[in-house]
Amino acid sequence: MNETYQVKNEREVVLNVGPQHPATHGVLRYVVKLDGERIVDSDPQVGFLHRGIEKLAENMTYQQFNPYTDRLDYLAAMNNNLAYVMAVEKLLGIDKEIPERAQYIRVIMAELGRIASHLVWLATHALDIGAMTVFLYCFREREYILDMYEIACGNRLTYNYIRIGGVARDLPEGFMDKLKEFVKLFPKKVKEYHTLLTKNRIWLKRTKDVGYISKEDAINYGIAGPCTRGSGVDWDLRRDVPYSVYPELSFEIPVYDEGDVYARYLVRMDEMVQSNKILEQCIEKIPSGPAMIDKPEYVWEPKERIMTHNYALMKHFVKVVKGIKAPAGEVYFGAENPKGELGFYIYSTGEGKPYRLKIRSPSFINISAMPKMVQGGLIADIISVIGSLDFVFGECDR
Amino acid sequence: MTNEELFEKIQSKFGEYIVEHDTFRNELSVTIKKEKLHEFMQFLHDDSELKFDYLVMMTAVDFPKREERFDLVYELRSIPHKMIMRVKTRTKEDEAVDSVCDIWHSANWDERETYDMFGIKFNNHPDLRRILMPEDWEGYPLRKDYPLKGKPEDDVWLDKHLPEGQIKKPRHTRMP
Repeated sequence: MNETYQVKNEREVVLNVGPQHPATHGVLRYVVKLDGERIVDSDPQVGFLHRGIEKLAENMTYQQFNPYTDRLDYLAAMNNNLAYVMAVEKLLGIDKEIPERAQYIRVIMAELGRIASHLVWLATHALDIGAMTVFLYCFREREYILDMYEIACGNRLTYNYIRIGGVARDLPEGFMDKLKEFVKLFPKKVKEYHTLLTKNRIWLKRTKDVGYISKEDAINYGIAGPCTRGSGVDWDLRRDVPYSVYPELSFEIPVYDEGDVYARYLVRMDEMVQSNKILEQCIEKIPSGPAMIDKPEYVWEPKERIMTHNYALMKHFVKVVKGIKAPAGEVYFGAENPKGELGFYIYSTGEGKPYRLKIRSPSFINISAMPKMVQGGLIADIISVIGSLDFVFGECDR
Repeated sequence: MTNEELFEKIQSKFGEYIVEHDTFRNELSVTIKKEKLHEFMQFLHDDSELKFDYLVMMTAVDFPKREERFDLVYELRSIPHKMIMRVKTRTKEDEAVDSVCDIWHSANWDERETYDMFGIKFNNHPDLRRILMPEDWEGYPLRKDYPLKGKPEDDVWLDKHLPEGQIKKPRHTRMP
Protein backbone atom coordinates (compact mmCIF):
# COMPACT_ATOMS: atom_id res chain seq x y z
CA MET A 1 0.00 0.00 0.00
CA ASN A 2 1.15 3.52 -0.77
CA GLU A 3 2.71 5.31 2.20
CA THR A 4 0.49 8.34 1.70
CA TYR A 5 -2.45 6.42 3.10
CA GLN A 6 -0.68 5.29 6.25
CA VAL A 7 -0.94 7.68 9.15
CA LYS A 8 2.05 7.53 11.53
CA ASN A 9 0.68 9.49 14.50
CA GLU A 10 -2.52 11.12 15.65
CA ARG A 11 -1.51 14.55 14.32
CA GLU A 12 -1.62 13.34 10.74
CA VAL A 13 -4.77 13.39 8.64
CA VAL A 14 -5.39 11.94 5.18
CA LEU A 15 -7.58 14.16 3.02
CA ASN A 16 -9.01 13.86 -0.48
CA VAL A 17 -8.78 16.95 -2.66
CA GLY A 18 -10.97 16.45 -5.69
CA PRO A 19 -12.07 14.99 -8.03
CA GLN A 20 -15.09 17.22 -7.44
CA HIS A 21 -13.13 20.30 -6.42
CA PRO A 22 -13.41 22.86 -9.27
CA ALA A 23 -9.65 23.51 -9.25
CA THR A 24 -8.91 19.85 -9.92
CA HIS A 25 -10.75 19.97 -13.27
CA GLY A 26 -13.22 17.39 -11.99
CA VAL A 27 -10.96 14.47 -12.86
CA LEU A 28 -7.95 14.63 -10.55
CA ARG A 29 -8.15 12.95 -7.18
CA TYR A 30 -5.38 14.29 -5.02
CA VAL A 31 -4.80 12.45 -1.77
CA VAL A 32 -2.79 14.44 0.76
CA LYS A 33 -1.43 13.55 4.16
CA LEU A 34 -1.48 16.58 6.40
CA ASP A 35 0.15 17.60 9.63
CA GLY A 36 -1.95 20.61 10.57
CA GLU A 37 -2.02 22.61 7.34
CA ARG A 38 1.38 21.33 6.18
CA ILE A 39 1.51 18.67 3.49
CA VAL A 40 3.59 15.69 4.60
CA ASP A 41 3.00 13.48 1.60
CA SER A 42 0.69 13.34 -1.38
CA ASP A 43 -0.45 11.05 -4.15
CA PRO A 44 -2.12 12.27 -7.34
CA GLN A 45 -4.54 9.75 -8.83
CA VAL A 46 -5.31 9.97 -12.51
CA GLY A 47 -7.15 7.83 -15.05
CA PHE A 48 -10.73 8.97 -14.53
CA LEU A 49 -10.88 10.19 -18.13
CA HIS A 50 -9.00 7.27 -19.67
CA ARG A 51 -10.49 6.48 -23.09
CA GLY A 52 -7.90 4.12 -24.53
CA ILE A 53 -6.90 6.44 -27.35
CA GLU A 54 -3.65 4.54 -27.98
CA LYS A 55 -5.61 1.32 -28.43
CA LEU A 56 -7.97 3.08 -30.84
CA ALA A 57 -4.99 4.35 -32.84
CA GLU A 58 -3.83 0.79 -33.46
CA ASN A 59 -7.15 0.03 -35.09
CA MET A 60 -7.49 2.90 -37.51
CA THR A 61 -5.52 4.38 -40.38
CA TYR A 62 -3.12 7.30 -39.99
CA GLN A 63 -5.62 9.70 -41.56
CA GLN A 64 -8.51 8.45 -39.46
CA PHE A 65 -6.63 9.00 -36.22
CA ASN A 66 -5.91 12.66 -36.98
CA PRO A 67 -9.19 14.04 -35.52
CA TYR A 68 -8.65 12.00 -32.33
CA THR A 69 -5.59 14.08 -31.54
CA ASP A 70 -7.87 17.13 -31.15
CA ARG A 71 -9.47 15.42 -28.18
CA LEU A 72 -6.20 15.16 -26.28
CA ASP A 73 -5.41 18.73 -25.30
CA TYR A 74 -8.69 20.24 -26.42
CA LEU A 75 -7.51 23.76 -25.55
CA ALA A 76 -4.72 23.58 -28.12
CA ALA A 77 -6.07 21.13 -30.68
CA MET A 78 -4.11 22.63 -33.58
CA ASN A 79 -0.83 22.06 -31.77
CA ASN A 80 -1.75 18.41 -31.23
CA ASN A 81 -2.64 18.03 -34.89
CA LEU A 82 0.71 19.48 -35.82
CA ALA A 83 2.70 17.16 -33.56
CA TYR A 84 0.87 14.06 -34.79
CA VAL A 85 0.97 15.00 -38.44
CA MET A 86 4.68 15.77 -38.28
CA ALA A 87 5.36 12.42 -36.63
CA VAL A 88 3.54 10.63 -39.46
CA GLU A 89 5.34 12.75 -42.06
CA LYS A 90 8.64 11.83 -40.47
CA LEU A 91 7.70 8.16 -40.73
CA LEU A 92 6.71 8.59 -44.36
CA GLY A 93 9.90 10.55 -45.07
CA ILE A 94 8.11 13.56 -46.56
CA ASP A 95 8.72 16.02 -43.74
CA LYS A 96 11.23 18.05 -45.79
CA GLU A 97 8.94 18.33 -48.79
CA ILE A 98 5.94 20.09 -47.25
CA PRO A 99 5.18 23.32 -49.20
CA GLU A 100 6.45 26.43 -47.47
CA ARG A 101 3.08 28.14 -47.44
CA ALA A 102 1.56 25.17 -45.65
CA GLN A 103 4.36 25.29 -43.07
CA TYR A 104 3.76 28.98 -42.40
CA ILE A 105 0.04 28.38 -42.04
CA ARG A 106 0.80 25.59 -39.58
CA VAL A 107 3.05 27.86 -37.52
CA ILE A 108 0.37 30.57 -37.48
CA MET A 109 -2.17 28.04 -36.26
CA ALA A 110 0.19 26.60 -33.65
CA GLU A 111 1.13 30.00 -32.25
CA LEU A 112 -2.48 31.11 -32.13
CA GLY A 113 -3.13 27.84 -30.32
CA ARG A 114 -0.38 28.63 -27.83
CA ILE A 115 -1.87 32.05 -27.08
CA ALA A 116 -5.40 30.61 -26.81
CA SER A 117 -4.21 27.84 -24.49
CA HIS A 118 -2.25 30.24 -22.29
CA LEU A 119 -5.26 32.55 -22.11
CA VAL A 120 -7.42 29.74 -20.74
CA TRP A 121 -4.64 28.84 -18.34
CA LEU A 122 -4.34 32.43 -17.10
CA ALA A 123 -8.10 32.80 -16.83
CA THR A 124 -8.67 29.63 -14.82
CA HIS A 125 -5.48 29.91 -12.77
CA ALA A 126 -6.45 33.41 -11.69
CA LEU A 127 -10.01 32.30 -11.03
CA ASP A 128 -8.80 29.40 -8.85
CA ILE A 129 -6.82 31.86 -6.77
CA GLY A 130 -9.72 34.31 -6.64
CA ALA A 131 -9.33 36.87 -9.41
CA MET A 132 -12.53 37.04 -11.45
CA THR A 133 -11.78 39.95 -13.78
CA VAL A 134 -8.82 38.29 -15.46
CA PHE A 135 -11.03 35.34 -16.29
CA LEU A 136 -13.44 37.53 -18.24
CA TYR A 137 -10.67 39.49 -19.97
CA CYS A 138 -8.84 36.37 -21.16
CA PHE A 139 -11.92 34.72 -22.58
CA ARG A 140 -12.74 37.96 -24.40
CA GLU A 141 -9.40 37.81 -26.25
CA ARG A 142 -9.66 34.09 -26.84
CA GLU A 143 -12.84 34.70 -28.82
CA TYR A 144 -10.76 36.53 -31.43
CA ILE A 145 -8.66 33.44 -31.95
CA LEU A 146 -11.65 31.13 -32.06
CA ASP A 147 -13.22 33.38 -34.67
CA MET A 148 -10.09 33.00 -36.78
CA TYR A 149 -10.17 29.24 -36.38
CA GLU A 150 -13.80 29.25 -37.38
CA ILE A 151 -12.95 31.17 -40.55
CA ALA A 152 -10.17 28.69 -41.35
CA CYS A 153 -11.89 25.38 -40.65
CA GLY A 154 -15.42 25.94 -39.42
CA ASN A 155 -14.95 24.79 -35.84
CA ARG A 156 -14.45 26.49 -32.52
CA LEU A 157 -13.21 23.62 -30.34
CA THR A 158 -12.13 20.48 -32.18
CA TYR A 159 -10.52 22.16 -35.12
CA ASN A 160 -9.08 19.60 -37.46
CA TYR A 161 -7.27 21.60 -40.07
CA ILE A 162 -3.68 20.39 -40.28
CA ARG A 163 -3.44 17.30 -42.46
CA ILE A 164 -0.73 14.86 -43.47
CA GLY A 165 1.10 16.67 -46.29
CA GLY A 166 -0.05 20.20 -45.51
CA VAL A 167 -3.30 21.80 -44.42
CA ALA A 168 -6.89 20.99 -45.39
CA ARG A 169 -7.25 24.06 -47.60
CA ASP A 170 -5.65 27.42 -48.13
CA LEU A 171 -6.51 30.29 -45.77
CA PRO A 172 -9.93 31.68 -46.65
CA GLU A 173 -10.55 35.32 -47.39
CA GLY A 174 -10.77 37.50 -44.32
CA PHE A 175 -8.42 35.40 -42.19
CA MET A 176 -5.31 37.52 -42.71
CA ASP A 177 -7.16 40.78 -42.02
CA LYS A 178 -8.46 39.38 -38.77
CA LEU A 179 -4.99 38.10 -37.86
CA LYS A 180 -3.38 41.50 -38.52
CA GLU A 181 -6.02 43.11 -36.34
CA PHE A 182 -5.37 40.62 -33.53
CA VAL A 183 -1.58 40.94 -33.67
CA LYS A 184 -1.86 44.71 -33.33
CA LEU A 185 -4.32 44.52 -30.47
CA PHE A 186 -2.91 41.73 -28.35
CA PRO A 187 0.20 43.35 -26.76
CA LYS A 188 -2.03 46.00 -25.17
CA LYS A 189 -4.18 43.27 -23.66
CA VAL A 190 -1.17 41.51 -22.15
CA LYS A 191 -0.27 44.78 -20.45
CA GLU A 192 -3.75 44.82 -18.92
CA TYR A 193 -3.20 41.36 -17.42
CA HIS A 194 0.14 42.49 -16.04
CA THR A 195 -1.50 45.53 -14.47
CA LEU A 196 -4.06 43.33 -12.78
CA LEU A 197 -1.77 40.61 -11.49
CA THR A 198 2.00 40.97 -11.69
CA LYS A 199 2.39 43.38 -8.77
CA ASN A 200 -0.84 42.49 -7.05
CA ARG A 201 -0.07 41.76 -3.40
CA ILE A 202 -2.53 38.88 -3.06
CA TRP A 203 -1.26 37.31 -6.27
CA LEU A 204 2.35 37.57 -5.06
CA LYS A 205 1.51 36.03 -1.68
CA ARG A 206 -0.24 33.11 -3.34
CA THR A 207 2.39 32.40 -5.98
CA LYS A 208 5.86 33.51 -4.85
CA ASP A 209 7.99 30.76 -3.21
CA VAL A 210 5.12 28.31 -3.71
CA GLY A 211 5.44 24.96 -5.49
CA TYR A 212 9.21 25.16 -5.81
CA ILE A 213 11.11 22.70 -8.00
CA SER A 214 14.82 22.99 -8.72
CA LYS A 215 16.46 22.88 -12.15
CA GLU A 216 17.95 19.41 -11.55
CA ASP A 217 14.65 18.02 -10.29
CA ALA A 218 12.74 19.54 -13.19
CA ILE A 219 14.95 17.62 -15.62
CA ASN A 220 15.01 14.45 -13.56
CA TYR A 221 11.22 14.44 -13.19
CA GLY A 222 10.93 14.91 -16.95
CA ILE A 223 8.64 17.91 -16.75
CA ALA A 224 8.46 20.00 -19.88
CA GLY A 225 7.56 23.30 -21.43
CA PRO A 226 6.94 26.47 -19.40
CA CYS A 227 7.26 24.49 -16.16
CA THR A 228 10.92 23.64 -16.83
CA ARG A 229 11.68 27.08 -18.18
CA GLY A 230 10.33 28.49 -14.92
CA SER A 231 13.01 26.44 -13.16
CA GLY A 232 15.88 27.84 -15.19
CA VAL A 233 16.15 25.17 -17.89
CA ASP A 234 16.87 26.95 -21.16
CA TRP A 235 15.23 24.42 -23.44
CA ASP A 236 12.65 24.82 -26.17
CA LEU A 237 12.11 22.31 -28.96
CA ARG A 238 11.23 25.05 -31.44
CA ARG A 239 14.77 26.38 -31.13
CA ASP A 240 16.82 23.38 -29.96
CA VAL A 241 15.34 20.64 -32.13
CA PRO A 242 14.03 22.90 -34.89
CA TYR A 243 11.06 21.82 -36.95
CA SER A 244 8.78 23.39 -39.55
CA VAL A 245 9.81 27.00 -40.38
CA TYR A 246 10.78 28.01 -36.83
CA PRO A 247 14.49 28.37 -37.76
CA GLU A 248 13.50 31.18 -40.15
CA LEU A 249 11.74 33.14 -37.44
CA SER A 250 13.37 35.09 -34.64
CA PHE A 251 11.94 34.82 -31.14
CA GLU A 252 13.20 34.62 -27.58
CA ILE A 253 12.77 31.84 -25.08
CA PRO A 254 11.76 33.27 -21.68
CA VAL A 255 13.56 31.57 -18.79
CA TYR A 256 13.21 32.31 -15.07
CA ASP A 257 15.32 30.74 -12.35
CA GLU A 258 13.01 30.94 -9.33
CA GLY A 259 11.25 27.60 -9.97
CA ASP A 260 8.03 28.66 -8.23
CA VAL A 261 4.46 29.28 -9.36
CA TYR A 262 5.21 32.95 -9.99
CA ALA A 263 8.12 32.10 -12.31
CA ARG A 264 5.94 29.74 -14.31
CA TYR A 265 3.34 32.51 -14.54
CA LEU A 266 5.91 34.97 -15.90
CA VAL A 267 7.24 32.44 -18.43
CA ARG A 268 3.80 31.95 -19.94
CA MET A 269 3.05 35.67 -19.96
CA ASP A 270 6.28 36.31 -21.86
CA GLU A 271 5.61 33.39 -24.18
CA MET A 272 2.35 34.93 -25.30
CA VAL A 273 4.20 38.09 -26.30
CA GLN A 274 6.80 36.03 -28.18
CA SER A 275 4.08 34.06 -29.98
CA ASN A 276 2.61 37.38 -31.05
CA LYS A 277 6.01 38.37 -32.46
CA ILE A 278 6.17 35.10 -34.39
CA LEU A 279 2.73 35.82 -35.84
CA GLU A 280 3.87 39.29 -36.92
CA GLN A 281 6.80 37.75 -38.80
CA CYS A 282 4.59 35.08 -40.36
CA ILE A 283 2.27 37.74 -41.76
CA GLU A 284 5.24 39.39 -43.47
CA LYS A 285 6.99 36.25 -44.65
CA ILE A 286 4.19 33.92 -45.73
CA PRO A 287 4.74 33.03 -49.39
CA SER A 288 2.12 32.17 -51.96
CA GLY A 289 1.89 28.68 -53.40
CA PRO A 290 0.19 25.37 -52.73
CA ALA A 291 -0.98 24.43 -49.23
CA MET A 292 -0.74 20.66 -49.77
CA ILE A 293 2.06 18.38 -50.92
CA ASP A 294 1.90 17.09 -54.48
CA LYS A 295 2.18 13.39 -53.63
CA PRO A 296 -1.15 11.69 -54.31
CA GLU A 297 -0.07 8.47 -52.59
CA TYR A 298 0.02 10.18 -49.18
CA VAL A 299 -2.88 12.62 -49.30
CA TRP A 300 -6.56 12.36 -50.04
CA GLU A 301 -7.79 13.21 -53.49
CA PRO A 302 -9.19 16.72 -53.94
CA LYS A 303 -12.94 16.65 -53.58
CA GLU A 304 -13.52 18.21 -57.02
CA ARG A 305 -11.64 15.34 -58.64
CA ILE A 306 -13.52 12.70 -56.64
CA MET A 307 -16.81 14.16 -57.82
CA THR A 308 -15.79 14.26 -61.47
CA HIS A 309 -13.26 11.47 -62.09
CA ASN A 310 -14.13 7.84 -61.60
CA TYR A 311 -10.51 6.76 -61.17
CA ALA A 312 -9.93 9.41 -58.50
CA LEU A 313 -12.95 8.09 -56.62
CA MET A 314 -11.57 4.53 -56.72
CA LYS A 315 -8.15 5.65 -55.51
CA HIS A 316 -9.77 7.64 -52.73
CA PHE A 317 -11.82 4.64 -51.68
CA VAL A 318 -8.73 2.43 -51.40
CA LYS A 319 -6.87 5.09 -49.42
CA VAL A 320 -9.74 5.55 -46.99
CA VAL A 321 -10.20 1.83 -46.41
CA LYS A 322 -6.59 0.63 -46.38
CA GLY A 323 -4.83 3.79 -45.28
CA ILE A 324 -1.65 5.26 -46.63
CA LYS A 325 1.18 2.77 -46.84
CA ALA A 326 3.93 3.73 -44.42
CA PRO A 327 7.35 2.08 -44.41
CA ALA A 328 8.26 -0.33 -41.62
CA GLY A 329 10.21 1.36 -38.86
CA GLU A 330 9.82 3.44 -35.76
CA VAL A 331 9.97 7.18 -35.21
CA TYR A 332 9.53 9.65 -32.40
CA PHE A 333 8.59 13.25 -32.94
CA GLY A 334 8.13 15.79 -30.17
CA ALA A 335 6.68 19.27 -30.63
CA GLU A 336 6.77 22.21 -28.24
CA ASN A 337 3.15 22.50 -27.19
CA PRO A 338 1.68 25.05 -24.78
CA LYS A 339 1.82 22.46 -21.99
CA GLY A 340 5.25 21.14 -22.88
CA GLU A 341 6.64 18.47 -25.15
CA LEU A 342 3.92 16.47 -26.85
CA GLY A 343 5.49 13.53 -28.59
CA PHE A 344 4.25 10.69 -30.75
CA TYR A 345 6.14 7.41 -30.94
CA ILE A 346 4.99 5.32 -33.89
CA TYR A 347 5.97 1.72 -34.51
CA SER A 348 5.03 0.76 -38.04
CA THR A 349 5.12 -2.72 -39.56
CA GLY A 350 4.49 -1.36 -43.05
CA GLU A 351 0.70 -1.39 -43.00
CA GLY A 352 -1.83 1.40 -43.27
CA LYS A 353 -2.22 1.51 -39.49
CA PRO A 354 0.32 2.09 -36.74
CA TYR A 355 1.24 -1.17 -34.99
CA ARG A 356 1.78 0.84 -31.81
CA LEU A 357 1.29 4.51 -31.14
CA LYS A 358 2.41 6.01 -27.85
CA ILE A 359 1.54 9.54 -26.88
CA ARG A 360 4.08 11.29 -24.67
CA SER A 361 1.78 13.74 -22.99
CA PRO A 362 3.30 16.64 -21.06
CA SER A 363 0.38 16.84 -18.62
CA PHE A 364 0.88 13.23 -17.48
CA ILE A 365 4.55 13.78 -16.72
CA ASN A 366 4.01 17.21 -15.16
CA ILE A 367 1.44 15.87 -12.69
CA SER A 368 3.87 13.15 -11.60
CA ALA A 369 6.12 15.92 -10.25
CA MET A 370 3.39 17.47 -8.13
CA PRO A 371 4.17 15.59 -4.87
CA LYS A 372 7.69 17.01 -5.06
CA MET A 373 6.37 20.53 -5.54
CA VAL A 374 3.78 20.58 -2.78
CA GLN A 375 5.66 18.65 -0.09
CA GLY A 376 6.20 20.81 2.97
CA GLY A 377 3.85 23.49 1.69
CA LEU A 378 0.39 24.49 2.85
CA ILE A 379 -2.78 22.80 1.71
CA ALA A 380 -3.97 26.00 -0.03
CA ASP A 381 -0.82 25.86 -2.18
CA ILE A 382 -2.12 22.78 -3.98
CA ILE A 383 -4.59 24.96 -5.87
CA SER A 384 -1.83 27.35 -6.94
CA VAL A 385 0.41 24.50 -8.05
CA ILE A 386 -2.35 22.76 -10.01
CA GLY A 387 -3.00 26.02 -11.84
CA SER A 388 0.66 26.65 -12.53
CA LEU A 389 1.16 23.22 -14.13
CA ASP A 390 -1.67 23.91 -16.58
CA PHE A 391 -2.65 20.33 -17.27
CA VAL A 392 -5.54 19.07 -19.34
CA PHE A 393 -6.91 15.69 -18.50
CA GLY A 394 -7.87 14.67 -21.99
CA GLU A 395 -4.17 14.57 -22.64
CA CYS A 396 -3.01 13.19 -19.31
CA ASP A 397 -5.37 10.20 -19.27
CA ARG A 398 -5.55 9.74 -23.04
CA MET B 1 28.24 13.76 -31.72
CA THR B 2 26.81 11.94 -34.74
CA ASN B 3 24.81 8.73 -34.49
CA GLU B 4 27.80 6.72 -35.73
CA GLU B 5 30.15 8.18 -33.14
CA LEU B 6 27.56 7.66 -30.45
CA PHE B 7 27.09 4.04 -31.43
CA GLU B 8 30.86 3.42 -31.59
CA LYS B 9 31.23 4.74 -28.08
CA ILE B 10 28.44 2.53 -26.81
CA GLN B 11 29.74 -0.48 -28.68
CA SER B 12 33.23 -0.17 -27.25
CA LYS B 13 31.83 -0.58 -23.74
CA PHE B 14 28.71 -2.73 -24.17
CA GLY B 15 29.40 -4.39 -27.54
CA GLU B 16 28.76 -7.96 -26.42
CA TYR B 17 25.39 -7.09 -24.85
CA ILE B 18 23.98 -5.25 -27.85
CA VAL B 19 21.42 -7.47 -29.58
CA GLU B 20 20.83 -5.19 -32.57
CA HIS B 21 20.98 -1.60 -33.64
CA ASP B 22 19.31 0.40 -36.35
CA THR B 23 19.15 3.94 -37.69
CA PHE B 24 15.87 4.96 -39.25
CA ARG B 25 15.05 8.60 -40.15
CA ASN B 26 18.26 9.62 -38.43
CA GLU B 27 17.15 8.10 -35.10
CA LEU B 28 19.48 5.60 -33.48
CA SER B 29 17.88 2.59 -31.75
CA VAL B 30 19.98 0.20 -29.71
CA THR B 31 18.56 -3.05 -28.34
CA ILE B 32 20.40 -4.24 -25.25
CA LYS B 33 20.15 -7.47 -23.30
CA LYS B 34 17.73 -7.19 -20.43
CA GLU B 35 20.29 -8.16 -17.77
CA LYS B 36 22.49 -5.17 -18.63
CA LEU B 37 19.72 -2.62 -19.04
CA HIS B 38 20.17 -0.82 -15.73
CA GLU B 39 23.95 -0.64 -15.98
CA PHE B 40 23.70 0.57 -19.57
CA MET B 41 21.20 3.28 -18.66
CA GLN B 42 23.32 4.41 -15.74
CA PHE B 43 26.29 4.72 -18.11
CA LEU B 44 24.27 6.77 -20.62
CA HIS B 45 23.09 9.04 -17.82
CA ASP B 46 26.44 9.55 -16.09
CA ASP B 47 29.01 9.62 -18.90
CA SER B 48 30.24 13.18 -19.38
CA GLU B 49 30.31 12.97 -23.19
CA LEU B 50 26.75 11.62 -23.38
CA LYS B 51 24.80 12.92 -20.37
CA PHE B 52 21.40 11.56 -21.34
CA ASP B 53 19.78 13.38 -18.46
CA TYR B 54 16.20 13.45 -19.74
CA LEU B 55 13.96 10.43 -20.18
CA VAL B 56 11.46 11.64 -22.74
CA MET B 57 9.18 8.63 -22.49
CA MET B 58 9.10 4.88 -22.09
CA THR B 59 6.63 2.35 -23.32
CA ALA B 60 6.28 -1.18 -24.64
CA VAL B 61 5.33 -2.86 -27.91
CA ASP B 62 3.60 -6.23 -27.85
CA PHE B 63 4.50 -9.07 -30.24
CA PRO B 64 2.30 -11.95 -29.04
CA LYS B 65 3.85 -14.58 -31.32
CA ARG B 66 7.42 -13.90 -30.23
CA GLU B 67 8.96 -15.82 -27.33
CA GLU B 68 10.32 -12.63 -25.82
CA ARG B 69 6.96 -11.03 -26.19
CA PHE B 70 7.55 -7.39 -25.32
CA ASP B 71 9.87 -4.69 -26.60
CA LEU B 72 10.48 -2.03 -23.96
CA VAL B 73 11.26 1.30 -25.56
CA TYR B 74 13.07 4.18 -23.85
CA GLU B 75 13.44 7.52 -25.62
CA LEU B 76 16.40 9.41 -24.14
CA ARG B 77 17.55 12.97 -24.61
CA SER B 78 20.74 14.74 -23.67
CA ILE B 79 19.87 18.36 -23.00
CA PRO B 80 23.50 19.59 -22.72
CA HIS B 81 24.60 17.85 -25.93
CA LYS B 82 21.28 18.09 -27.83
CA MET B 83 21.22 14.41 -28.72
CA ILE B 84 18.43 11.87 -28.80
CA MET B 85 18.56 8.07 -28.89
CA ARG B 86 16.29 5.11 -28.33
CA VAL B 87 17.14 2.18 -26.09
CA LYS B 88 15.20 -1.04 -26.38
CA THR B 89 15.16 -4.32 -24.55
CA ARG B 90 13.14 -7.49 -24.83
CA THR B 91 11.33 -9.40 -22.14
CA LYS B 92 9.10 -12.43 -21.74
CA GLU B 93 5.57 -12.20 -20.43
CA ASP B 94 6.31 -13.50 -16.95
CA GLU B 95 9.73 -11.91 -16.43
CA ALA B 96 10.39 -8.65 -14.61
CA VAL B 97 12.66 -5.90 -15.87
CA ASP B 98 14.93 -3.69 -13.73
CA SER B 99 13.37 -0.34 -12.98
CA VAL B 100 15.24 2.82 -13.99
CA CYS B 101 13.35 5.03 -11.50
CA ASP B 102 16.52 5.60 -9.52
CA ILE B 103 18.18 7.13 -12.59
CA TRP B 104 15.29 9.22 -13.92
CA HIS B 105 12.36 9.87 -11.64
CA SER B 106 10.07 10.35 -14.63
CA ALA B 107 10.31 6.60 -15.23
CA ASN B 108 8.17 6.10 -12.13
CA TRP B 109 4.84 6.87 -13.77
CA ASP B 110 5.91 5.57 -17.16
CA GLU B 111 6.71 2.18 -15.64
CA ARG B 112 3.44 2.18 -13.73
CA GLU B 113 1.62 2.85 -16.99
CA THR B 114 3.52 0.11 -18.79
CA TYR B 115 2.64 -2.30 -15.98
CA ASP B 116 -0.98 -1.17 -16.12
CA MET B 117 -1.34 -1.48 -19.89
CA PHE B 118 0.91 -4.47 -20.66
CA GLY B 119 1.36 -6.29 -17.36
CA ILE B 120 5.15 -5.99 -17.39
CA LYS B 121 6.60 -5.97 -13.88
CA PHE B 122 9.59 -3.92 -12.79
CA ASN B 123 12.14 -4.89 -10.15
CA ASN B 124 12.89 -2.31 -7.46
CA HIS B 125 10.05 -0.01 -8.45
CA PRO B 126 9.02 1.95 -5.33
CA ASP B 127 5.27 1.83 -5.91
CA LEU B 128 4.19 -0.45 -8.76
CA ARG B 129 0.39 -0.27 -9.03
CA ARG B 130 -2.15 0.50 -11.71
CA ILE B 131 -2.37 4.12 -12.77
CA LEU B 132 -4.94 4.65 -15.51
CA MET B 133 -7.21 1.64 -15.00
CA PRO B 134 -9.07 0.89 -11.74
CA GLU B 135 -6.96 -0.96 -9.16
CA ASP B 136 -9.03 -4.15 -9.35
CA TRP B 137 -9.27 -4.27 -13.15
CA GLU B 138 -8.39 -7.59 -14.73
CA GLY B 139 -6.36 -7.83 -17.93
CA TYR B 140 -3.99 -5.50 -19.71
CA PRO B 141 -5.72 -3.38 -22.35
CA LEU B 142 -2.81 -2.58 -24.66
CA ARG B 143 -1.84 -6.20 -25.22
CA LYS B 144 -2.65 -7.30 -28.74
CA ASP B 145 -4.87 -10.14 -27.53
CA TYR B 146 -7.10 -7.77 -25.53
CA PRO B 147 -10.15 -7.03 -27.70
CA LEU B 148 -10.82 -3.45 -28.77
CA LYS B 149 -14.37 -3.51 -27.44
CA GLY B 150 -13.38 -4.96 -24.07
CA LYS B 151 -14.06 -8.40 -22.68
CA PRO B 152 -17.43 -9.83 -21.60
CA GLU B 153 -15.83 -10.38 -18.18
CA ASP B 154 -15.61 -6.61 -17.79
CA ASP B 155 -19.30 -6.74 -16.88
CA VAL B 156 -18.30 -8.37 -13.60
CA TRP B 157 -16.36 -5.25 -12.71
CA LEU B 158 -19.28 -3.04 -13.71
CA ASP B 159 -21.72 -5.15 -11.65
CA LYS B 160 -19.46 -4.80 -8.64
CA HIS B 161 -19.02 -1.04 -8.89
CA LEU B 162 -22.22 0.21 -10.50
CA PRO B 163 -25.42 -0.90 -8.75
CA GLU B 164 -28.27 -2.38 -10.76
CA GLY B 165 -30.37 0.13 -12.67
CA GLN B 166 -28.01 3.04 -12.06
CA ILE B 167 -26.31 2.85 -15.41
CA LYS B 168 -26.92 0.85 -18.55
CA LYS B 169 -24.27 -1.79 -19.12
CA PRO B 170 -22.52 -1.78 -22.49
CA ARG B 171 -23.50 -4.70 -24.64
CA HIS B 172 -20.65 -6.71 -26.12
CA THR B 173 -21.52 -7.28 -29.70
CA ARG B 174 -19.47 -9.82 -31.59
CA MET B 175 -19.05 -10.00 -35.31
CA PRO B 176 -20.38 -13.32 -36.68
